[in-house]
Amino acid sequence: MHIDQETTGRGASQGDDVAGFAGMDAVAMPASLARRRFLEAGTALGGGLLIGVYLPATAEEKSRTEKPAEAAVGKAATSISNAAPGLAYNAFIRIDRAGVVTLIMHKVEMGQGTFTSMPMLLAEELEVNLATVRLEQAPADNNLYSDPILGGQVTGGSTSVRGAWEPLRQAGAKARTLLITAAAKQWQVEPGTCVARNGSVTHAPSGRTLGYGALVDAAAAMPMPKDVVLKPAAAFNLIGKPVGRLDSVDKTNGRARFGIDVRLPNMLIATVAASPVTGGTLQSVDASRAMAVRGVRKILRLDGAVAVVGDHMWAARQGLLALSPIWADGAQADLTTAAIVSDMASAAASKAGVIARNDGNAAQLIAGAPRMHEAVYEMPFLAHATMEPMNCTVDLRADGCDLWVGTQVPTIAQGIAAKLTGLPIEKIAVHNFYIGGGFGRRLEVDYVMQAVQFAKQIKGPVKFIWSREEDIQHDMYRPYYYDRIAAALDERGMPTAWSHKITGSSIMARFAPAAMKNGIDPDAVEGARDMPYDIPNVKVEYLRHEPPIPTAFWRGVGATHNIFVVESFIDELAASAKFDPLAYRTALLDKAPRMRTVLQLAAQKAGWGRPLKPVAGRRVGRGVSTQFAFGSYMAQVAEVSVGADGDVRVQRVVCAVDCGQVINPDTVVAQIESGVNFGLTAALWNEITLEHGRVQQNNFSDYRMMRINEAPQIEVHVVKSSDKPGGIGEPGTSAVAPALTNAIYAATGQRIRKLPVGAQLKTKTKTAKA
Amino acid sequence: MPTLTINGKPTRLDVADDMPLLWALRDVAGLTGTKFGCGISLCGACTVHMGGVAVRSCVTPVSAAVGKPIVTIEAIEQDPVGRRVQAAWRQIDVVQCGYCQSGQIMSATALLQANPQPGDPEIDAAMAGNICRCGTYGRVRAAIRIAAAGEKVA
Repeated sequence: MHIDQETTGRGASQGDDVAGFAGMDAVAMPASLARRRFLEAGTALGGGLLIGVYLPATAEEKSRTEKPAEAAVGKAATSISNAAPGLAYNAFIRIDRAGVVTLIMHKVEMGQGTFTSMPMLLAEELEVNLATVRLEQAPADNNLYSDPILGGQVTGGSTSVRGAWEPLRQAGAKARTLLITAAAKQWQVEPGTCVARNGSVTHAPSGRTLGYGALVDAAAAMPMPKDVVLKPAAAFNLIGKPVGRLDSVDKTNGRARFGIDVRLPNMLIATVAASPVTGGTLQSVDASRAMAVRGVRKILRLDGAVAVVGDHMWAARQGLLALSPIWADGAQADLTTAAIVSDMASAAASKAGVIARNDGNAAQLIAGAPRMHEAVYEMPFLAHATMEPMNCTVDLRADGCDLWVGTQVPTIAQGIAAKLTGLPIEKIAVHNFYIGGGFGRRLEVDYVMQAVQFAKQIKGPVKFIWSREEDIQHDMYRPYYYDRIAAALDERGMPTAWSHKITGSSIMARFAPAAMKNGIDPDAVEGARDMPYDIPNVKVEYLRHEPPIPTAFWRGVGATHNIFVVESFIDELAASAKFDPLAYRTALLDKAPRMRTVLQLAAQKAGWGRPLKPVAGRRVGRGVSTQFAFGSYMAQVAEVSVGADGDVRVQRVVCAVDCGQVINPDTVVAQIESGVNFGLTAALWNEITLEHGRVQQNNFSDYRMMRINEAPQIEVHVVKSSDKPGGIGEPGTSAVAPALTNAIYAATGQRIRKLPVGAQLKTKTKTAKA
Repeated sequence: MPTLTINGKPTRLDVADDMPLLWALRDVAGLTGTKFGCGISLCGACTVHMGGVAVRSCVTPVSAAVGKPIVTIEAIEQDPVGRRVQAAWRQIDVVQCGYCQSGQIMSATALLQANPQPGDPEIDAAMAGNICRCGTYGRVRAAIRIAAAGEKVA
């Protein structure tokens, strides 16, 4: 297996690309490009088989518009990019005369294993050996590579497998059918007597065999079959079987290329500083001091940002230090998180939101209930802190523009560059890369826009790299949420009415306005509107409240916020009814059998009901959560210990998941392990705060990341299922925070209603002592 | 103009003495396998070996590397321990996004070179300087145990 990302000599190396190399004419052609041109030439002569499969929304996918959280993302992409219509030739599969199979990856690989699962879907039906295929990143093109759920060429929302499950197998099956038909015709036998296996077609009765390479010319001349029959699950050779990640080798020998690794002839390197206060402007700089730094070449200025360009990053960094930019802070000079939150709290108390769900008569019942329970939950602004800081390389010329950038939204990046430069969209080439952490951050193109604007002031390719400090202080943050939630209870303590009012920013209103329905942001209410408990009266209300700093999607999106609130509050109700939290949930899940199954499985594997092993000098507790999100059912049981000074250690997390048909079992496990640690990191420690209009966190010193010594033991149990696949990149994150805080409650009796846990338990201990 | 020995090759670098090794490797020598994560020695993505010891190249000036052989991820397979670590990483698919993994592998190799049979607390202590945002820690631990077991067999 080879991921087509390779390089030639040092200094002239090249990133992954299929969209063109305008401006690179003077450079020795990389091997990958040479091969690609060969393939294209073969194409022109009719020498390669080109299997084009468009990914239209199926009726089934269209029915998911009930979840327009995901559905409208691509519409934004489409409207921005307005890409020239193109034929869906060589969209997903190319086979050359030598039999080399190239699979085109319409998704980006950011750790989630999509560069293994997408090839598995194609190869399952195409009947080729995964070890010999080549992978190539798709160019930016919404017409060819739109996700049927998202409606655009977007990687996010745990949609890749869900969206590609049918179409990619169809693509593989169509190509296989063409190859078999070509062989059968040549041998003058019935196609039904031929089988395809491992890159060859064999006519069993006569024992004749031809490799795919020998068949491509004939196959390419045939009409595309309309209907093909996909294999039944029982016939799968790859799907559901463990397959090693196809990117493991390159990611363990330094050869994997990320956007930050691009190297181009005559490329300069820049680092940037934006106004520390949103909306602030650049007043003055010490340009002469910066220019005096060895290796500094140029200073670039925008209204609200400045860049120092140098021969290398060290020159750029030293130059920026010497530059000492002075900013006019503008209108938000005094902004604080406290002010934002107090504003939200008063809005939540005084303003009505839009109604996302209203079954029965919840508000009235709660108001008049003899027994009720209520709480306020708060979740902080969060940074993404991907390990690879934001970066974008731009070569802007009069006749075109090349971007080398790791992005989850190549067509949005392309569209915004076209808009900013005035160039036609087809003159913007986006060269995508492995992504050194996405988590939603690279669904945004702010760093691309900034780089393109700077690039207008300089000739030749420049790589713009943000420092870690810039990355944390100028992120687009997961919104702060302020939730009021209440329930009316019967004499046994079971809920008869449930009311949940969410106050917070709408990412959708900015990112994909078409997804807004009657003022409801489907993402902001995900996991709340569809909360699983069988309660006769349910009201869910959304009050949009925009902070004056930018907000964006973050791993687990709406579910991460709402599952925390719902699963914490149901735990509160169980405690107030003096019920076991597991039994209480189960009693309300009669209509959700798949959820009951994962809940019971997680509980059983975790030893629910059996005493926890004591930890010397620490209080121990176990907490549970359950959810349906991203098309997958999940339950988690967390075990924590809490020290005398309030420090929390997560000992173990047991997870049960039903994500339908599994493609690559180890990827499911890996994504849950990853999601759990990601979610725990945030729930335990992370918050972005503002004082004097400035983000107070800088680097990993004050935006704390989980380290190996803090990582819990994680066990994942997968329910065998042949239902259609669910998403798996994010559920681990959204389920873990309430499991954690419910375990803290079990250990200490203290309910965490505001994330992160941080020093809340320590404060309590101190207060108790005083 | 310091001359460094990088992956066995004497390399003359036209850079200032105080330039961190990270940028000399990435931007001047063209070895981009070593990653920039934080710039202040908090994340370990930039870990390389200098004179047989794991160092954070983002805070190590090139002047400190003169006379000490530098090994980066690109050449770690030439070391028998490094090769075992890479094999263990691939055997259980430790990587996800992969960005931090060069540093993880360099730290793990240095650990096993110094201590072929580390216990879990020693693994945690040696690896706590390497952040993985994808949270691959359980597999990092498991892979180090596999690589250490390979040492025992050999």
